[in-house]
Amino acid sequence: MTDTAASTQSIVEERLMPHPPVKVWRALTQSTLLAQWLMPNDFKPEVGHRFAFRSQPQPGWTGVTNCEVKIVEPLRRLVYSWGDGSETDSGLKTVVTWTLTPEAGGTRVRMEQSGFRPQDEAAHRGAGYGWRRLVAGLERVAGELQ
Amino acid sequence: MHAAAETLLFKTLADPTRRALFERLAREGELTVGALTRRAGVSQPAVSQHLEALRQAGLVTNRRDGRTAHYRATPRGLVPLTNWLAHYGVFWRERFDRLEKLLKEMDQ
Repeated sequence: MTDTAASTQSIVEERLMPHPPVKVWRALTQSTLLAQWLMPNDFKPEVGHRFAFRSQPQPGWTGVTNCEVKIVEPLRRLVYSWGDGSETDSGLKTVVTWTLTPEAGGTRVRMEQSGFRPQDEAAHRGAGYGWRRLVAGLERVAGELQ
Repeated sequence: MHAAAETLLFKTLADPTRRALFERLAREGELTVGALTRRAGVSQPAVSQHLEALRQAGLVTNRRDGRTAHYRATPRGLVPLTNWLAHYGVFWRERFDRLEKLLKEMDQ
């Protein structure tokens, strides 16, 4: 996690993968391949295309992630918005940026999800101090999960 | 995030035995009811009851293998309580693992 602006935060995941950019790009942009590792979707690599990722509904969440394609630079960069499906102002509004960089032996694959606001961390609103401590413990456990 | 879902999670995790079962599954991965019972300090029917409550709250999933039930933690169930940063940190690591697996399979 890094700060990108005074008021929002990002998550970055980056790995060197022993595959050429063209192949990684296919896995990122072909709907059926994308479904195999990310989530079922109706993605198309077209700027302005609105699509959704769908996963199992969970307590407190519809399982729907609403997105819109923002930037498509073949083999280099893919950007889409990423929201939690809520229409209200408390809904998550982030941006996912994929960057592919060719390197000896493969492709550096970088994902940055940016735009987490302070209130996105305050899900335990209204909870008392005891609950806050419990939640902190649970976050630690969740953070240890692979 | 709905208040009802939060309340269910709070209620479910308020019980220390239940919380201990969830935290163990979160740390150790998939475990059988028998393995969970051995260190729970309560009877197997009690453990099964706690696991059912965790399952209904979306905190664990189970699968049957013959007569043996296996349980695992589902971190997604914590979403109403936890923060999005913690949630997506885990989420993207898992998805990168799956992407690497898929890229390997695309060679074949």
